[in-house]
Amino acid sequence: MLAFVLRRVFQSIIVLLVVGLVAFSMFTFVGDPIDNMLGQERTQADIERLRQQLGLDQPFVVQYWNFLQNAAQGNFGVSYRQGRPVSEILLERAPATLELAAVSALFAMALGIGLGVFTAIRRDGVASNLIMSISLIGVSLPTFLIGILLIWVFAVELSWLPSFGRGEVVQVGGWSTGFLTSSGLKALILPAITLGLYQMTLIMRLVRSEMLEVLRQDYIRFARARGLRERAVNFRHALKNTLVPVITVTGLQLGAIIAFAIITETVFQWPGVGLLFINAIQFVDIPVMAAYLMLISVMFVGINLIVDLLYFAIDPRLRAGRGKGH
Amino acid sequence: MTDAVLSVRDLVVEIPTRHAVLKPVDGVSFDIAPGEILGVVGESGAGKSMTGNAVIGLLDRPAHISGGEILLKGQRIDNLPYARMRKLRGAEIGMVFQDPLTSLNPLLTIGDQLSETMIEHLGISQAEARKRAIAALDEVGIPGAADRIDSYPHEFSGGMRQRVVIALALCAEPSLVIADEPTTALDVSVQAQIIALLRRLCRERDTSVMLITHDMGVIAETADRVAVVYAGRLAELGPVAEVLGRPRHPYTEGLMGSTPAASAGRARLHQIPGSMPRLGHLPPGCPFHPRCPKAQDDCRADPAPTLAACNGRAACWHPVNSPESEAAE
Repeated sequence: MLAFVLRRVFQSIIVLLVVGLVAFSMFTFVGDPIDNMLGQERTQADIERLRQQLGLDQPFVVQYWNFLQNAAQGNFGVSYRQGRPVSEILLERAPATLELAAVSALFAMALGIGLGVFTAIRRDGVASNLIMSISLIGVSLPTFLIGILLIWVFAVELSWLPSFGRGEVVQVGGWSTGFLTSSGLKALILPAITLGLYQMTLIMRLVRSEMLEVLRQDYIRFARARGLRERAVNFRHALKNTLVPVITVTGLQLGAIIAFAIITETVFQWPGVGLLFINAIQFVDIPVMAAYLMLISVMFVGINLIVDLLYFAIDPRLRAGRGKGH
Repeated sequence: MTDAVLSVRDLVVEIPTRHAVLKPVDGVSFDIAPGEILGVVGESGAGKSMTGNAVIGLLDRPAHISGGEILLKGQRIDNLPYARMRKLRGAEIGMVFQDPLTSLNPLLTIGDQLSETMIEHLGISQAEARKRAIAALDEVGIPGAADRIDSYPHEFSGGMRQRVVIALALCAEPSLVIADEPTTALDVSVQAQIIALLRRLCRERDTSVMLITHDMGVIAETADRVAVVYAGRLAELGPVAEVLGRPRHPYTEGLMGSTPAASAGRARLHQIPGSMPRLGHLPPGCPFHPRCPKAQDDCRADPAPTLAACNGRAACWHPVNSPESEAAE
């Protein structure tokens, strides 16, 4: 087990190094930052000075090594556009995105698993057929359209919920949270649904198909033949056996929720890292883009590591070498 | 027989399909007395398992009971609502499935699976259930039961798992156990042990057994009476020694002829020509007549012979080995 974890951590580091290389390459290959930073009126001396100051005159490998060292310490340089350390800007923006992602992930998982189980158990029911048909809409409509539709219905027509922003936020330590004010909570609803709807339908359809598969297994028949209650058969015996594939996909989707919050944040003008990234692209603010790329890859890798460990918690067959009974 | 544990009366199971309504079980009747072991033999698809599933109320849709009745200790159970039937399963009727490798939930310890069954039916505490689970494992011959109770199914061999399955089927002390091909998936060397175990435990508790198998040897060793099933109908029903020793139905005789015997030397094994008709393509008259060496004109005419219409032993118009047929020769 320890060997497995170490191997996975090692693999994760390799992945991060590769992503780091891509992120770093942007500095060298996507335009010349010197052009962006210095205005029209510049001298060759200015350019040389700045080039030296930023370390751009050094060989590629040395620059990469410096970049990695700085990145490992959370130092991604200074934003070209805002002139402030990138790490500071990211930390400021991260709570908004993480809170939004957490709420929509919770929404997607709770509703996805619940509805998935329901539609699998009541396979031929009217309600589950209806849910399955509606879920097709969730899968096929693009996120921005769902966002705009929700804004139109709930913000414009009904005026129940705000159409943009985070509402009032409270500072708790260095973390700005919208969970503690009613306007903050209200502001979360529409973006969270928009962001989580696709993942929710995906999880629901996956849980349903896995459940249908598991419900055909002999041990489910045997559980019924032993006279267990339907609830025990469905949840204790069946649902648990669907969890390995469901957790795999859910883990990846969780990463996707954070990574692709960009669109939702743009539609709802949500002040998170996604919106920051979009603005950074418009201004070719490479340090911000590179840092965002690294942040997302760290999250993906971290989530995958957790998913792998969860397998062990769920499936005893993977916990090899327990030494019992062999 | 009113004191029978299980009475099946003219049971009909139907599967509606787009083209026709199939009858995998068609007018099957039998009784099982307390402590009796009834063997049910037949080819694959003859309706053996379907009958077992109908008794415990676990037919897979769209199959359903469309006629006849099933009585457990004199009470009808075929028309019970799902919730009441559920309470009988495990508590009154236990079931052992064919494949022990897939019958146990891989993610729960065998102790958990035993406990949940006993807590559900016997209403005992978690601690008491654990104690009884260890005793149950001990009884089915799991060595070191107290240490193995927290093991997962994959940590046991196939034979050991079938022992666990038997412990599970018997742990709430049902009065009837349906064993659906309990040894088919096991090694030959383990088969005899499992059958002996099942027989011993049921004798000790006076539990009746409906033993579904296609293994004549198992039937000969274990069962008190035997029911031979062909194309969803009973072909022959009677005490084991009589049915196997002097089969009356030509089909049973054919089955006996196709069982290899160690003493028979290297003689070519007899086989019944043709194969069992598919459901929905049953011939008129006796379903066995196209393969029967003794078929005559009345066999091809409606209606098909039933046990009740014949002598109660073999559903055949021209039984072999019967006193009448021998007198005629």
